[in-house]
Amino acid sequence: MLGGRAVLVSSMSTVLFFAVIALIVVLAPGSEVVAERFFDPFHLRQSLLGTESEPSVAGAFLLNVYIFTISELLILILALIIAVVRGIPGPVFFPFRMVAIAYTDLFRGIPLILVLYIIGFGVPGLGLGVVSYLSDVTYGIIALVLVYSAYVAEVYRAGIESVHESQNAAARSLGLSRWQSLRFVLLPQAVRRVIPPLLNDFIGLQKDTALVSVLGSIEAARAAQIYGASQFNYASYVVAALLFVLITIPLARFTDHLIARDKRRRQAGTVA
Amino acid sequence: MKRMVLIGLLVACLFLAGCAGQQGSEGSAQGGSGSEKSCDSKNPPLFKDGVLTVATDKPAYPPWFEGGPENYSGFEGEVANEVAKRMDLPIKWVVEPFNKSYAPGAKDYDFDINQITITPEREQAVDFSDGYFDNAQGVLALKDSPVADAQSVSDLKDGQLGAQVGTTSLDFINETVQPNADPKVYDTTNDAKSALESGQIDAFVTDLVTTVYLRDFEIKNSEVVGQYPRNEQFGMLFEQGNPLVGCVNQVLGEMKEDGTLQKLQKEYLQQYLSVPTLKE
Repeated sequence: MLGGRAVLVSSMSTVLFFAVIALIVVLAPGSEVVAERFFDPFHLRQSLLGTESEPSVAGAFLLNVYIFTISELLILILALIIAVVRGIPGPVFFPFRMVAIAYTDLFRGIPLILVLYIIGFGVPGLGLGVVSYLSDVTYGIIALVLVYSAYVAEVYRAGIESVHESQNAAARSLGLSRWQSLRFVLLPQAVRRVIPPLLNDFIGLQKDTALVSVLGSIEAARAAQIYGASQFNYASYVVAALLFVLITIPLARFTDHLIARDKRRRQAGTVA
Repeated sequence: MKRMVLIGLLVACLFLAGCAGQQGSEGSAQGGSGSEKSCDSKNPPLFKDGVLTVATDKPAYPPWFEGGPENYSGFEGEVANEVAKRMDLPIKWVVEPFNKSYAPGAKDYDFDINQITITPEREQAVDFSDGYFDNAQGVLALKDSPVADAQSVSDLKDGQLGAQVGTTSLDFINETVQPNADPKVYDTTNDAKSALESGQIDAFVTDLVTTVYLRDFEIKNSEVVGQYPRNEQFGMLFEQGNPLVGCVNQVLGEMKEDGTLQKLQKEYLQQYLSVPTLKE
C-alpha cells in the first residue's frame, strides 16, 4: 500500500512528532517534580498493588469490570425494549411511545453524576423497604443502566429506521406478522448495522463506571484518589488511567474490526 | 513544500527546547536557594509582598472556620489571623481544594490551613509547619445503629464504616479497626452524612470536632460513639522548601508558650472535645 518513500517519511515524521513532545516535557522547568509526583516507579508499583492502609488500584479495578459487565448486559435488553416500543405504530400505543420518548429525552438530558446522586442518595432516603436497602453498587448500576439505555435506545432506533421499508413490506406480504417481521427481518439487519456505535457507547460507559464511586464504593479512580491523598503523589492516577486504557483498547480494536468487516461485506455486495 | 515544513518543525523544536532549557536552569536555581529553612522575620519571603496569603478549601466548615472568606474566624481562621498579626501583615484568604494542595509546581499562596494531618508520606511532597492542634478520630452513628453501643475499637469491626476521601480517618479504619467489610469512601462530609442518615453506613468516622458538630447541629438522633487519639497533629501546608515555614513556626511557638493557642482552642473547640475514648 505504502511506497518505500512514504514509509520513510511517515516513520520520520512520527519520530519527530514524539521527539518534540518528549523534549518539551523533559525540558520543562518542573519536569523533575512532575516525574517524581506522577511517574515515580515506587509509587506506580505500590499504588497498583496497595498497602496496608491504601486499597490496591488493580484490585479496585475489578469492581469497575463487574459494574460495566452487568450494566452492559442490562442496557442491551432495556434499550432494545425502549427502541422497539418507540417504533410500534398505531394510536392505541400512543401512551407507550410517549413514555419511551420522554424517557430518552429525560435521561439523555440529565448528567450521569446527578442521576447517581438522585438514585444513590435519594432512594435509600425514602425508606421504602427492599428498594431502599440495596447496596450502593446496585444503585450505581441502576443509574448507569438508566442513562446509557437512553443513548443506546437511540442507537437501536437509528438502526431500525435505516432498514428500508421495502424489507418490512416484503416480510408482511410473505405472511409474517408484524412481530415476526420485526424479530426475523428488521432487527437482525438493524442490530448488525449499529454494533460499532453501540460499542462506542460502551467504551464511554466503561470509563463512567468511575463515577459510581461518589456513592461510596472504592473503584479504581477512587482507590487512586485515596492513595494520592494519603501519599501526596499522583502516580496512582496514572496507574488507574492505564488500566482504563488497557481495558478499552481491545474493545476499540474490535469495533474497528467490525466496521472494516461490514464495509468489506457491503462493498462485496455492490460488486455482486 | 514538504521540506519547508520539516525544516520549520525542526526550528520550532530547537527553539522550544532552548526556551524550556533556559527556564529549567532558573527554576532549579530557585529550588536550591530555598532548601534551607532559615527565615528572616523582618523581611519574610511572601507569595505577594506586604500580605500573608492563606488558603483553605471551600466550603470551610465550622467550628474550624466561621464567617466568610473576607474575615474568617473560627479556630483555624483565628490561628491564621493571629499568625498574620504577629508577623505584622494583613491576611488575604484564597481557595485551595485539598486534592490540589499537593500538586507539583509553585503554590499561589503562602500556606494552606485546612485540617491537614502531618504524616511522613505527605512530607515527601510538601512542607508542614509545627502542629497547631492534636486531632483525634471521632465515630458518629445514629442511635439505632448496630455500632451505637461500641465501647472499643474492636466493637466497630462488624459495622459498615464510612469516611471521607483523603482523611486520616480512612487510615484509622484500615489500620486500627480493620473492619470485616471494606469501608465506604465519600467525596464530601455531606455525602457521608446522607449515607449515614439513609442507613447506607453504620458509622461515619472523621475528626472528633466535626463528629460532635454534626451530632449537635446537623444529624438528628445521632451520637458520637467515641473518640480515638492517634497521635496526629494538624499542620499548615507549605510548598516544599519554602523558607517561610521557619517564620511561621517561630510565631506558632510563641503562641503556644504564651497560651494563645490554648485560649483559641478553648474558645472555639472546648464543647467538641468531651467524648469518651474508645478502648483498643
